[in-house]
Amino acid sequence: MRLERRAHVPLYLVIVAPVVAVTVALILAAGLIAAAGVNPLTAYAEMVQGAFGSRLSMTETLTRATPLILTGLAAAIAFRARLWNIGGEGQFFMGALVTAWVGHSLGLPPVPGIAVLLVIGMAAGAVLLAGPAYLRLRFGVDEVVTTLLLNFIVILFVGLMVEGPLRDPMAFGWPSSVPVDSDFRLPDLIARTRLHIGFLIAIAAAGGVWLILARTVFGTETRAVGLSPSAASFAGISLPKNLMAVALFSGGMAGLAGSMEVLGVTAVVTTTMSPGFGYAGIVVAMLAALHPAGVVAAAVFVATVFVGADAMSRATGVPSFIADVIVALCLLTMLVALLFTTYRVQR
Amino acid sequence: MSPVLELDGITKRFGALTANDQVSLTLGQGEILALLGENGAGKTTLMNILFGHYAADAGTVRVFGQELPSGRPRAAIDAGVGMVHQHFTLAGNLTVLDNIMLGSESLLRTTSSRKSARKKLLQIAERFGLPVSPDAKVSRLSVGERQRVEILKALYRDARILILDEPTAVLARPEAQRLFETLKEMTKEGLSLIFISHKLHEVMAASDRVSVLRGGRLVAERKTADTSAEELAELMVGRKVERPVRKDHKIGAPVLVAKSVRVEAEGEVKLDDLSFTVAAGEILGIVGVSGNGQASLGALLSGLAIPTAGTLTLEGQDVRRLGPRGVIRAGVGRIPEDRHSEGVVGELAVWENAVLERLRTPAFSTRGFVRQAASKAYAAGLIDQFDIRGAAPDTRTRLLAGGNMQKLILGRCLSISPKLLLANQPTRGLDEGAIAAVHSALLAARGAGAAIVLISEELEEAVALSDRIQAMVKGRLSHPIPASAADPQRLGLMMAGVWTEGEHAT
Amino acid sequence: MIEALDLLGNTSLWAAVLRIATPLIFGVLGALLCERAGVLNLGIEGIMTMGAMTGWLTVYMGGDLWTGLVVAALSGALMGLLHAMLTVPLGLSQHVSGLGVTLFASALAYYLYRLIVEVGDLPPTIEPFRPLDVPFLSDIPVLGPVLFQQTMPTYLALMSVAVMAYVLARTPLGLAIRMTGENPHAVDAQGLNPTAIRIGAVVAGSALMAIGGAFLTTAAFNSFFPEMVQGRGWICIALVVFASWRPGKALIGALLFAFFDAFQLRLQTVIEGVPYQLFLMAPYVMSILALVLVARRAEVPEALMTPFRRGER
Repeated sequence: MRLERRAHVPLYLVIVAPVVAVTVALILAAGLIAAAGVNPLTAYAEMVQGAFGSRLSMTETLTRATPLILTGLAAAIAFRARLWNIGGEGQFFMGALVTAWVGHSLGLPPVPGIAVLLVIGMAAGAVLLAGPAYLRLRFGVDEVVTTLLLNFIVILFVGLMVEGPLRDPMAFGWPSSVPVDSDFRLPDLIARTRLHIGFLIAIAAAGGVWLILARTVFGTETRAVGLSPSAASFAGISLPKNLMAVALFSGGMAGLAGSMEVLGVTAVVTTTMSPGFGYAGIVVAMLAALHPAGVVAAAVFVATVFVGADAMSRATGVPSFIADVIVALCLLTMLVALLFTTYRVQR
Repeated sequence: MSPVLELDGITKRFGALTANDQVSLTLGQGEILALLGENGAGKTTLMNILFGHYAADAGTVRVFGQELPSGRPRAAIDAGVGMVHQHFTLAGNLTVLDNIMLGSESLLRTTSSRKSARKKLLQIAERFGLPVSPDAKVSRLSVGERQRVEILKALYRDARILILDEPTAVLARPEAQRLFETLKEMTKEGLSLIFISHKLHEVMAASDRVSVLRGGRLVAERKTADTSAEELAELMVGRKVERPVRKDHKIGAPVLVAKSVRVEAEGEVKLDDLSFTVAAGEILGIVGVSGNGQASLGALLSGLAIPTAGTLTLEGQDVRRLGPRGVIRAGVGRIPEDRHSEGVVGELAVWENAVLERLRTPAFSTRGFVRQAASKAYAAGLIDQFDIRGAAPDTRTRLLAGGNMQKLILGRCLSISPKLLLANQPTRGLDEGAIAAVHSALLAARGAGAAIVLISEELEEAVALSDRIQAMVKGRLSHPIPASAADPQRLGLMMAGVWTEGEHAT
Repeated sequence: MIEALDLLGNTSLWAAVLRIATPLIFGVLGALLCERAGVLNLGIEGIMTMGAMTGWLTVYMGGDLWTGLVVAALSGALMGLLHAMLTVPLGLSQHVSGLGVTLFASALAYYLYRLIVEVGDLPPTIEPFRPLDVPFLSDIPVLGPVLFQQTMPTYLALMSVAVMAYVLARTPLGLAIRMTGENPHAVDAQGLNPTAIRIGAVVAGSALMAIGGAFLTTAAFNSFFPEMVQGRGWICIALVVFASWRPGKALIGALLFAFFDAFQLRLQTVIEGVPYQLFLMAPYVMSILALVLVARRAEVPEALMTPFRRGER
């Protein structure tokens, strides 16, 4: 039994792969649900109901998907260039922190104010990833560990700020920052729900990333670098410059996610505002096979799982951690599924 | 006397490709058999089957009369078969003794008997005249020394049959000579040998018998004494070999002038006080065994390496710090040494690879966006003009056969009417048809007035195409000699560094 | 300042260093074994979490502490097998597979814990390993309390360092593992099976990692709660580079790191006015610095992260 490279990958396989991967993951997770004494089909029905059963739940799902689209884009961009950015979580928080910091005292009219805040959120995320990128270029330090460790450092830093200089004296319960000016809150997309225009901005970002990767010089060069660094170098592409540009781009997307979450949903930054958006973004990117268009669909799917699992947990008593299990399984099954799109099994 | 080795009806397919088709051959006791064939003829596959790296789809292997279970190197080693691989299977970070001992003791043992292993190794080294120091780190050894370790690995496991895959690919003439003497001594000690080669003169000089493979089939067997290089060449290729011939013509003004260039990499001096000149309409051949600085010379002329001393000018313009894109803009076409890892990005489309190195020029991009239509049209033009088969602009480049990929690379170089063309091992791994096409293209460029630097390990190619030849040894160049004065003897000496004292080109 | 230096003379600090170092030692040795064979195992954070949970759960459900460690090791081995199958025979991205295993093993651990254990206001506890009191030796001033009043798993960790160093350097198996990480084709050419060796190394290494996690719940603390591994797994990955892939240096790295962690904890009580988060950040910052210092000189196993495919170069 051998694996043989396919000459070309038929389109149907590219679309079928994530569907198969998700199905297998759901089947495997069903075993765990059964162990909780609950009928898996009932549980999954509750999940779908919980995610799409009402107007409110649908908007919740899409609200949840918004940051996932952006962290998914961040991972996809980076992974394509073989930059292992596992620091999406930290970059998210950096964007959120800077936005919350500046957002409560920025003296600008709403529209330019929002734009400025989103941009500095992006910049914060970009600068954060630039650090590990620089360490890789200059010292040859692997970015996997540095970006991971930075996540912990950043979250501690956010805690420090939120309990110190940024503290909202009027908040009870968990420490949080002073809320941003209400002028800068992103308008709702659908009234009386949490769904805000950030969702549209995220989709636009996905479109923008697709355009950049497919049609621009930078995008083509980035794809070349990711596929064959030696050939890209021979063709005159500067690997260090490209790596840094990719790092700024990727970090910026994750920073934007944090910024939008503050302006659109929470209005404050806290240490608990991310249920792992950064890490989930990696799963989203893989399910999308690193394709910007696929990222939107994959983000909605992952959001569905999380929102649905919360409702399902309340209804059936299955621990809500099942959502994390399903999402993690999806990553692994998708990895295997991708193998079969690239290779054919031969006797 | 019965043969020590019998291959009977060996067939091996990889997908649609039949690498070996019903191949049978035998090896007698104390014999040296040469396995000859072009690139892609199936020689290495056959030997990999013998050694157990692959399992054959059909056919049997008998060693000393016993059938060998297929697909297990362990079985082959235990039966007395040893292999000296073309790309050495050694771990650079470990010592000679470590590399040789691996696999000789059971993994369940709680301790390693290094003392007795060392003794056995030194005995074998002495017996076969292959001196080594057991505690040397392999990464510090020269290529020739590493090959000795590779051979000793097999002898340590008591090999009675030794397979050598292109053993002289990385050796200079005198070292190759020494190797073949060693091999002859080994047969006197009772070993039987097979060596794979595509070099006719070696096969003629060192073997007792020759088996010729072509397109996966065994097409001829001869006693070496009864045949000739010409006959073998024809058998290898299947038709009268016809490579294009260079005709003398008027050489123009100097185009590229290098003076006392020094290039360093990884803390070592790779090019040392290097000087040469190439004129318009001239092909300068740089010959030498790989590892003597050719890669750095290629990098220098490609714009990838900046010299730490010396000057390099193209029609008077200083080109040292231009980088690849600058160098291309100045009129240099570059054919890289390894088309797969440097020449193209396999997963990108043909049109993308056609324009990648010139993407940031107005012809192929505007305001940061790629001009797709113009680029695809350009690629279509190349495909047409250079007869690139199996390709459309949107085809994924890795699907192209070696020869066609090389034509794509050549095409994009020549379409800018280059003043200077760097051809670094341009026909490596290509079959005869593709080789002829590449040679034609190079000679045509020469005729159009391009100055060409040809770096080649194939002496035959260098002599056939070049107007002048220089040898590269340890980062230095010998004085150039005209092609008419280049006989194998002289070239061999040049490549071994035998120049009169102080005779390196300055 | 004086108070800070005073801390250094306190034997409880040094005893704490060994205790804090123990899970790190298991983790580094495990990661080192995988990488020496050529496989990067980023599943370590999840595997340590899984080991912490299963070890604790075994004891909670009535088993003895040593059985707990064994069950933890087996759960780690299973997760390691998953990672090995994806990355070795299938040759999938070691980065992505490792991350997936971390996410999966952690999620699974939390899920099973929540499913099986009733959690009230406070997480339930078990009886952990008690520190030994070696007769005579523990009465030696200074060294006594530090070296001879540790828990059994700590001694196990120290022994593991010696065993790993010996196996890698002096046995045929160790040579085969090292060679697989340098050039698997060389292993294949000598009649051994590099795929099997890699899988075995990853499984064994993952078992060690899991024991390190179990130490957290059966010796250091006595209950299990989410996020308890706190990035120790990632720090171990950094420490492997710092240790140049050698068990002896790995021990030194783990001790050094544990020292900073223990010191930082006590420093908080002595230095006023500095937010505690800055102290907590210190270990992570130190790890990054350590990596920067060592990176250029690192003697990486040459075939680390390169899948082995017969016939491909």
